Amino acid sequence: MDDFLQFLTERQDQILTLLWEHGCISFLAVAAGFLTAVPLGILLTRTKKINRFLIGAVNILQTIPSLALLGFMIPLLGIGAVPAVAALFLYSLMPLLSNTYTGIREVDPALIEAARGMGMTSMQILWKVELPLALSVIMGGFRTATIYTISWATLAALIGGGGLGYLVFTGLAVANENMLIAGALATAMLAAIADFGLRKLQTACTPKGLRSKRAN
Amino acid sequence: MISFHQVRKSIGDVEIIKGLDLHIREGELFVLIGPSGCGKTTTLKMINRLIEPDSGKIEINGEDISRINPVELRRNIGYVIQQIALFPHMTVGQNVALVPRLKKMDAARCEKRVDELLDMVGLDPRVYKNRYPAELSGGQQQRVGVIRAMAADPPIILMDEPFSALDPISREQLQDDFLHLQKHIRKTIVFVTHDMDEAIKLADRICILKDGEIVQLDTPERLLQCPVDEFVANFIGAKRLRRAQEKLASGSAFSGTAGKKTVTIPRWSISASERGGKHG
Repeated sequence: MDDFLQFLTERQDQILTLLWEHGCISFLAVAAGFLTAVPLGILLTRTKKINRFLIGAVNILQTIPSLALLGFMIPLLGIGAVPAVAALFLYSLMPLLSNTYTGIREVDPALIEAARGMGMTSMQILWKVELPLALSVIMGGFRTATIYTISWATLAALIGGGGLGYLVFTGLAVANENMLIAGALATAMLAAIADFGLRKLQTACTPKGLRSKRAN
Repeated sequence: MISFHQVRKSIGDVEIIKGLDLHIREGELFVLIGPSGCGKTTTLKMINRLIEPDSGKIEINGEDISRINPVELRRNIGYVIQQIALFPHMTVGQNVALVPRLKKMDAARCEKRVDELLDMVGLDPRVYKNRYPAELSGGQQQRVGVIRAMAADPPIILMDEPFSALDPISREQLQDDFLHLQKHIRKTIVFVTHDMDEAIKLADRICILKDGEIVQLDTPERLLQCPVDEFVANFIGAKRLRRAQEKLASGSAFSGTAGKKTVTIPRWSISASERGGKHG
């Protein structure tokens, strides 16, 4: 234990730098995922024909082992942070896409019909009815995607992307337990903090009139 | 006010509406009734173009509605549905003000209108305006549903089984209040129901549909006195027919028009009563 604490104090600067890198990689990937998947998910609810195909395709992406996906990125984008962010971005798509799609599809059809019958345009229905009601489900997807991405981002170190994975894999390679544990713990803490913050955000995004009924 | 000219509609191979000709007068409460699948809801939804007819023409005040922008058309027609469908993320006030806001009425006028309407149905604006739909009872929710449809003061209101999801006591109460309200506002109301008691209680005229065709279109009094065939008699139900007959016999006639005319109830309607009768 003393060893571990000593390691932490000695390497404090390095750990903080890696933590920062880790956070940046994860955030960039999830933010790009959010900006892509949410509009795509909305689009999928409008066009019934391609949605099965597209969701299937994104599902297949999800089944590619993460190491293999990182490996694929090397010939395409080289090594470093860029291919790492690209791979993580692809992984973040699935939870975001499926939650956006489901969230909007689950809005009570009677509400949509009432909105149409009252003379709202499809854009007004989307912005004033569908999105507000689906927002908490979409934010749930955002939370899932963020946590996954933070844990997967450890792998970025393998292709020179930096982040806390550096401590984990170097620790493994040189049999330095303290280094390994420091990397793993920091990653877990980052994920836990992100989860806590995003849970708060998700609650804030749940419309007031629904809060008593929906808890997740 | 609203006229249907040879309107037809099929879904797949099934013809739901078979050449409907109908004229709904201004200011009347017109009830469409019939067994499920008779096309009553389809007929209603064709008026605000939620469903488009395959052929034929529907006119409102002589204007062919297929030429009116559907969004524009719908903002001028109130719409109330069985599921009530208040938007759960908006307060009662926001729900009621929705169509006026869509029509760009200014906020202050909207506010006043909302208070006025809430008062009209006995919901104190100070208490209810800022509540969310989930905090209201079913009956209160549908009161809000009804005034939401009236908020922009449309000349026509469509109501699709608005009270049928409510418990019997609130239903009765809402019907009474609604009838009272209609006496003042005199809107043209097209009302779909499957409940004969409700139809008789509310309607100025009742249109009985069966398999996409009109079987009989009459005032409630006339309908009770002379159902045109066995289907209508069965649909009205022997008990109601007998009650109507007794009422006439004892001299306490229906609201004026029936007077003291002697009414003969066809024999088949009596036989229907002996079979136990069927209620709509």
